Amino acid sequence: MQNSTKILFLAGLLALELGCEKTFPSAPEDATLLDGPVEGLSNDQARQFLAGDKAFNAEIFTAATGLGPLFVATSCGSCHPGDGKGHPTNALIRFGQSDSSGNQFLHLGGPQLQHRALPGYGPEQIPAGAPFSKLLPPANTGLGFLEIVPDAEILALADPDDLDGDGISGRPNWVDLPGYLSPRPDAIAQHGKYIGRFGKKAAVYDLLQQTANAYNQDMGVTSTYAPFDTYSGVEIDPEVPNKTVEDVVFYLRTLKAPIARNTTKADVAAGKLLFEQSGCASCHMPTLRTGASRIAALEFREIAPYTDLLLHDMGPELDDGYTEGSALSSEWRTPPLWGLGLSKNSQGGEYHLLHDGRANSIETAILLHGGEGSGSRDRFKALSDTERRQLLAFLESL
Amino acid sequence: MKLKFSFFYPKSCLPFFLLAVATSAFGQTQLPLVSDADSTKPMNMDATYTRPFLQLGKMPVALGGYVEANTAWTSEDGVSEGLSFQVPRVTLFASSAIGRYIKFLTEIEFEEGGREINVEYASMDVQFLPALNLRGGIILNPIGAFNQNHDGPKWEFVNRPVASTQMLPATWSNAGFGVHGKFYQGPWTFGYETYLTNGFDESIIDNPEGRTALPEAKENGERFEESFNGRPLLTAKTAIRHRQIGELGLSYMGGTFNKFEDDGLTVDKKRQVHVFAVDFNTQLAATATTILGEWAWVLVDVPDTYDPQYGNKQYGGHLDIVQQVFSGPILRWQKAAFNLAARLDYVDWNVGNFDNTGDSIGDSLFGISGGVGFRPTAQTVIRLNYVYQWKHDLFGNPPAHLAGWYFGLSSYF
Ligand code: HEC
Ligand code: HEC
Repeated sequence: MQNSTKILFLAGLLALELGCEKTFPSAPEDATLLDGPVEGLSNDQARQFLAGDKAFNAEIFTAATGLGPLFVATSCGSCHPGDGKGHPTNALIRFGQSDSSGNQFLHLGGPQLQHRALPGYGPEQIPAGAPFSKLLPPANTGLGFLEIVPDAEILALADPDDLDGDGISGRPNWVDLPGYLSPRPDAIAQHGKYIGRFGKKAAVYDLLQQTANAYNQDMGVTSTYAPFDTYSGVEIDPEVPNKTVEDVVFYLRTLKAPIARNTTKADVAAGKLLFEQSGCASCHMPTLRTGASRIAALEFREIAPYTDLLLHDMGPELDDGYTEGSALSSEWRTPPLWGLGLSKNSQGGEYHLLHDGRANSIETAILLHGGEGSGSRDRFKALSDTERRQLLAFLESL
Repeated sequence: MKLKFSFFYPKSCLPFFLLAVATSAFGQTQLPLVSDADSTKPMNMDATYTRPFLQLGKMPVALGGYVEANTAWTSEDGVSEGLSFQVPRVTLFASSAIGRYIKFLTEIEFEEGGREINVEYASMDVQFLPALNLRGGIILNPIGAFNQNHDGPKWEFVNRPVASTQMLPATWSNAGFGVHGKFYQGPWTFGYETYLTNGFDESIIDNPEGRTALPEAKENGERFEESFNGRPLLTAKTAIRHRQIGELGLSYMGGTFNKFEDDGLTVDKKRQVHVFAVDFNTQLAATATTILGEWAWVLVDVPDTYDPQYGNKQYGGHLDIVQQVFSGPILRWQKAAFNLAARLDYVDWNVGNFDNTGDSIGDSLFGISGGVGFRPTAQTVIRLNYVYQWKHDLFGNPPAHLAGWYFGLSSYF
């Protein structure tokens, strides 16, 4: 039975190999991924996180499930791949508002351009004379923490009249709440308006508003929150159930904050110091504290988002002439820098930074800072090559 | 009543996947072999008929079928779903010689434990001449090779080729009519097939996969009743085979896939889908090696103002090499065989560059597989495979790594 011995031997070898988990790809380290939940979710919260994850990443809308007829993309995940920053292909365009008097082009399809359409339909075009901005999808991580930074903490960072004379003011975007939202218990109002904190102009109050808008404006999918079809302008039956919207909001709230890497490297530590010395930290606040939350894993934590959630005048070069809420067209909300170093992994291997992705490197993004950011930019320019490298190493570690 | 096996092909010829193994096993069988006049040189196009059938006495109907039972242990980027068991399909076929030169064959597939029952094939063939046969019913569109030659037990791999099933729509059958035939010239056989059938619909560019996907049209069961847009799908294939060298096939499938008119009103322009494929297979008798593969291109008229994730061009294919390492008696089987197999899979679901960055569009997969197949008899395979795949998303971000072990049993019965 020489042959059968051979076979048994072969089979044994294979079984050995089978038992060896080494034949499977290893999981990438958590710190190299943007997606994944915060630590400390209960089992029922983990379930809701997974339901939201599925709706966010796997639910691709079709004509039959409510896509369009006019839209920009077909799923949340296609614009925010791996919960990271998006690719220029999925940039969206908003138009029609140049100052705090509101959007003058709502009757012509504003504020958002749906430049894609189902076959057989014609997409929207930017109306003649309308000011517009191109916006690249930001990363979606750690937003649950940012949502519960108390208004008082944000206001404490604001310095609208630059009383301290450092050339950096910073003010909140005071926005109107849509009817379905009620303000958080600790909310601070001014003339009936509230502090917006999401979106590049900080014109969105919370993650529910952001999600309802995204379904409606980005995918042409109506909900009870945003029931008007972007094509006909008519109120139609909801195409996404409230439960799904809630799950997605919960998912966004409980996505973990990006984890910094290489923090013990000398270059990174030196770069962090230079970051502070160059005045970057005046806007890109290294730490914030969260307030109370129904989700225990989020509340009363110190976080390191590198944003103050405030608007800053970034000068004429970054002024597209378009704005939202009470922001000036030259004003942008300080984007969080956490996760910055991982941006390339979701943007196709290259950086596409700033609101419209015009900067293809971190360095270019810094050099394009104007207005309130010009002092800090000049300090960056004055750094030696080594110092620049260290600062960049620090930014890449975030 | 006497049981006997009937084959519609003679012992001297190899069914093209089962290589040397098949011959050595079937060749020795004690059971009478029945040969069909036009299949003295079987080609890929004969695959539906070149299967083991069971004939009960003088009954005019022959029965057969195959089953697949697998277990899979897979992992994506270090996250494993654990071990799972599956019986992806049980297929029954029945064929009947209705009269002289008139025959019927049907293939019925039970998927998902019987929850889904598909008539994959049900056609009548009327042979006027070997070079001219009329076929009508539910046919398997002859695009590439795999679609017509998909039986589980023929392959050393548990998984079907990625491009054949996730870019091309195998198994893809439709209601329609056509003609086929063969010519012989010395060692050469030339075969052709051409059919008009129902076909694709708009789901190929509007689907929950979020990519141009011909297989999505399989969801539309109405294609066995009526055409989505009143336009036929043309499928045509020619193949040439040399007894010693092997077979080369060229095929085309195409037509209008969208509803451009409804109730007499124009609702869109006519949009076309075109598929081109080459397939080949050869057996190197000296080394008992079989090499086979197919490669296909898909062109779809996707509107410019639609989502760029729905690509207008795709290509992909697979290459299989099967090496017999042993044939002879093993344990209680006199004509058993041991094969080693390797496969390369590649698909690019969205060929081209992004307009705004000029970067190449991703959405592609590259896979390698290795396997061992033990065939106690030619109709039965016990196989163990390892698969590793690199999957790029639309933007060409760092790939997801997928790996899996598959163990399976597949057999004709
Ligand atoms: C067409 C691409 C696109 C789609 C689809 C899309 N987004 Fe966005 N998303 C963006 C862009 C661009 C922004 C920045 C918008 C702004 O500045 O106002 C954004 C902003 C966000 C933000 C705010 C992040 C921050 O830091 O302020 C959240 C949260 C978000 N999207 C969630 C979603 C959800 C949930 C969905 C699906 C329901 C979705 N997005 C679908 C492009 C998209
Ligand atoms: C006055 C406030 C301010 C200061 C000071 C400032 N930034 Fe910024 N930074 C911003 C704003 C606002 C943006 C967004 C501008 C846009 O999107 O067009 C931004 C964008 C960036 C970006 C791109 C982020 C992204 O996700 O696209 C980087 C990187 C960055 N800043 C780094 C720095 C560094 C390093 C310094 C110090 C040298 C610095 N910033 C100083 C306000 C500031």
